[in-house]
Amino acid sequence: MDELPYNAQELMVVNAARLLKDHDVVFVGVGIPNLACNLAMRTHAPNLQMIYEAGVIGAQPARLPLSIGDPTLVTGATAVCSMYDIFSLYLQRGNVDVGFLGGAQIDQFGNINATVIGDYDHPKVRLPGSGGSMEIAAWANRCYIITPHQKRRFPARVDFHTSAGFLTGGDARTKTGVRGGGPQAVVTNLGILQPDESGELVLAAIHPGVVFEEVQENTGWTLKQALNCQVTTPPTEMELQILREKLDPNRIYI
Amino acid sequence: MSKITSLPEAIRQHVYTGDLVYASGFTHLIPFAAGHEIIRQGLKDLTLARATPDLIYDQMVAAGCARKLIFSYIGNPGVGSLHRIRAALESGQLEWEEYSHFGMISRLQAGASGLPFMPMNPSGAADLAERNPCYQQVTDPYSGRAVVVVPPLTPDIAIIHAQRADALGNAQIWGILGEQQLAAFASQRVILTVEEIVDETIIRADPNRTIIPGMVVDAVCHVPFCAHPSYTQGYYDRDNEFYLAWDKLSKTPQGAQEYLDAWVFGLPDRAAYWEKLGSETHRRLEAGEHFSQPVNYGAY
Repeated sequence: MDELPYNAQELMVVNAARLLKDHDVVFVGVGIPNLACNLAMRTHAPNLQMIYEAGVIGAQPARLPLSIGDPTLVTGATAVCSMYDIFSLYLQRGNVDVGFLGGAQIDQFGNINATVIGDYDHPKVRLPGSGGSMEIAAWANRCYIITPHQKRRFPARVDFHTSAGFLTGGDARTKTGVRGGGPQAVVTNLGILQPDESGELVLAAIHPGVVFEEVQENTGWTLKQALNCQVTTPPTEMELQILREKLDPNRIYI
Repeated sequence: MSKITSLPEAIRQHVYTGDLVYASGFTHLIPFAAGHEIIRQGLKDLTLARATPDLIYDQMVAAGCARKLIFSYIGNPGVGSLHRIRAALESGQLEWEEYSHFGMISRLQAGASGLPFMPMNPSGAADLAERNPCYQQVTDPYSGRAVVVVPPLTPDIAIIHAQRADALGNAQIWGILGEQQLAAFASQRVILTVEEIVDETIIRADPNRTIIPGMVVDAVCHVPFCAHPSYTQGYYDRDNEFYLAWDKLSKTPQGAQEYLDAWVFGLPDRAAYWEKLGSETHRRLEAGEHFSQPVNYGAY
């Protein structure tokens, strides 16, 4: 990818930003999701509302936030509330359109493991755990996952369900009574996976210069390709300029 | 009657071996100075509860204060792992009890409200609930649907940092509010640390900003810069460089121990700690100014 005028992080940020709609209320995480939201706000979604699990609503960070509770999120925000309120009044009540999720493993049905590799009681690798992701995955109207595309990150089944995608597929998710629509896209450095009717993640779009075999090699299950599989539009000069000059000038995340 | 006391005295009076401790603050207002004083006083066998254990509990676990951890996210925020906690969990040296953020905070909400449990809508992710018996399901008596419930969390002691309070412990907080108020109301005893102790008239001039009332506070300690390397909104910035540095130096037990020797055991108090950080760090963490407009409460 070295010969391309953008790197893998930039490619993922730009493609994630394009999934956001104007007026979306987005539960934002730091790092790549934060960049995607700020990029969308400065391009096609000026009325995007960013809310943070720390209890900040309508944040307009003047600098790149380096933690989920960075003080720059508060200064100039429209509202601040307690942690209980952000999870109940905003998320559980159904006032969040989009949630961003990440994790060590994402499986065939969009379930995420951010808890443990190996046995829960005797962990081989102990990961940070749910934080807010269990409820974000359940209750946001749409969820997006941004992650590098590597085989170890895309097993057929996760070791632990930290947050629910479509579980075992079919109507398994809706039967649990969760209100949100589940993962709608997984944006990687190779393309975009989206759930088919059964909830199985299939290749819905591929980035320019990437071939299907490369995506398959880096995926832990037999990957299906959507009938109308697209090629993504490369990041534009304007998108890259905003990212590099305004949003992350010190290249911390990109 | 004034509740003002020194931090070492407050810890001696209110924190005991075996206690369930909740040192609160979501990224903001984490009472590091109190954690360091607990380490200095050699308290052991504590159950440490926090949604995000953060560096304060990584340091307390490294110092051997903890028997058990109750948490919902054990990362170094924005950086990566909490190495000492992770090593203690992977080697089986530390018991744990795990929630999602909302599960954890709902436990505090139940504790703070005097309720037997808090209900939550189902999340569809069953693995954690299968391993933590505190998660239970009940039937909603009105709709017949399943509801997830968690029991109250009622710590023995909450430690809470605030921008300012009067001598009675009426505390005002602005910026990220986290779970500060819930932790105060849920706990049996409360130690409050503040950047400034102000006259009662300052508190009474702006009662909407009072998050924690003096009636639930046992001790008020004047500890400027208590929250470093976390931050106090409007007073000093988060020291992200230290969060990155801890990631490196805490990779080995020796590295963490050297830090504790130099910055906790080797110093008497927070004033000495702040001085040791040096003027360059002080300048780097300056908050700048961005004032709100005063409001008219009316002269009734």
